[in-house]
Amino acid sequence: MLDTGSRALPAAPGVGYKPQHFAGIMADPGPVRWLEVHAENYMGAGGRPLAQLRALAERFAISVHGVGLSIGGEGALDTAHLARLKALCGWLRPASFSEHLAWSTHDGVFLNDLLPLPYTQATLARVCDHIDQVQEVLGRQMLLENPSTYLSFAQATMEEVVFLREVAQRTGCGLLLDVNNVFVSAVNQGFDPAAYLRRFPLELVGEIHLGGHAEDAADHGMPLLIDAHGTPVADPVWALYAQAVAQGGTRATLIEWDNDVPDWPVLRAEAGRAAQVLARAGARVTA
Amino acid sequence: MSQSAFAQAVLMPDAPLPPGLVDPQGRPAPRRFDVYRNTVAASLVAALEEGFPVVRQLVGAPFFAAMALVVLRAHPPEGPVLSGYGAAFPTFLEQFPPVAHLGYLPDMARLELLVRDSYHAADAVPLAAEALAALPVPALLASRIGLAPSLRLMPSRWPVQAIWCAHQAGGAEPPMQPGDVVVLRPEFDPRPHLLPAGGLAVIRGLHAGLTLEAALDAAPGADLTAVLTLLLRGRAIVELRR
Repeated sequence: MLDTGSRALPAAPGVGYKPQHFAGIMADPGPVRWLEVHAENYMGAGGRPLAQLRALAERFAISVHGVGLSIGGEGALDTAHLARLKALCGWLRPASFSEHLAWSTHDGVFLNDLLPLPYTQATLARVCDHIDQVQEVLGRQMLLENPSTYLSFAQATMEEVVFLREVAQRTGCGLLLDVNNVFVSAVNQGFDPAAYLRRFPLELVGEIHLGGHAEDAADHGMPLLIDAHGTPVADPVWALYAQAVAQGGTRATLIEWDNDVPDWPVLRAEAGRAAQVLARAGARVTA
Repeated sequence: MSQSAFAQAVLMPDAPLPPGLVDPQGRPAPRRFDVYRNTVAASLVAALEEGFPVVRQLVGAPFFAAMALVVLRAHPPEGPVLSGYGAAFPTFLEQFPPVAHLGYLPDMARLELLVRDSYHAADAVPLAAEALAALPVPALLASRIGLAPSLRLMPSRWPVQAIWCAHQAGGAEPPMQPGDVVVLRPEFDPRPHLLPAGGLAVIRGLHAGLTLEAALDAAPGADLTAVLTLLLRGRAIVELRR
């Protein structure tokens, strides 16, 4: 039933698409071979957004990244929204569809943020049911992304990396490894990000995300990192990324820059940095 | 801890912290919870700022940001497609005492909703002006005119069209003339236009599937040439049916 990869993303750099970069990307994409769009921005009936997306899809592989499905929600999935996703994936035929291990909608209110989940057996069962439903409706495998988290749940009984592996095993979904999220959560939750990566099922990863974070302070004087996507990728995140590709092989790698978005050459240069890491890792494999 | 308690607390700044949310040492973590509170509020304020740029210019950015916090708590989004967020904003403005002296503000919010709606509306291929010009007048009057799916109509007694134009980057300042508005999208960028006399009634008639003649009968005193010229220039006539 699941279409897992005849049109998979290339193991090359991609960027989160911003309309202000349209002309720059078309004129000089540099090392960028694919683009990621937020599904919810392309659910209108026509106009410039869809015209640009059609033009981009003729030249680049496209990844559709949902930010509003609320896969971890306690309530049922929004079937109207799922139908919109199916329609978008139907005409666009993207190389990948991904969503988050998070929730954003409760009781008909959409909170526009990726809210955290307690990792318990009850949450696991609910998330798996929802992913089964998504893959059934879309008729394809989806990737599930590890979140940035800022707090813990007293009721949690599982580690995140165990939870994700279990979801993938039960549903057949792939994983989207956000390396910045690993680093942000590690600092915020006080675990070792390198050890987390060593236990992450990299063979199930179809895509990697890199992005910038901001530094803040939490209660009791502890550091707190915010997944802000408004700056270059931080050095420790580049180091973790190199570890991930050395350990699991090269993957399609996205630079996410959603706030204080820079001019196209700056974003292209950041994608170039990912291309260098991929080239070094690829050379090691062939050597 | 239920998502109901979390959702309530994340939207309302004065609500108590839900139990069971802790830091890695198991201590209560109000500042950590505030990250979610801040992100929810800031992202929805940003969505309203993006959706209502002219209202924001009219009341000033600081006032708009403060008002947006009230709006998003009274009327949070009902779904994840935020291009439609803000439908309740015009009515909110009608009932929000601090802007009661700005009578035109609710209509400006309505217009900005329609402009955004038009931006995302379906595409259609416009008819060339020659196709209309080639028709003898009786045949034209007997025709039903199909209009672009991106066309939007708004009755108004305020000069919102002129105020909207004056608040665009490099925008001209048309005379402050009140009246009904039609939003037309020749290619990708919708613009509001002041409707000539009877224009609203004529276009409503055409939308209802009336022939041009019947639409005119329903709009005594309408300036047919002005209406058709406006629609043609806005590339809003997409079909002629006998």
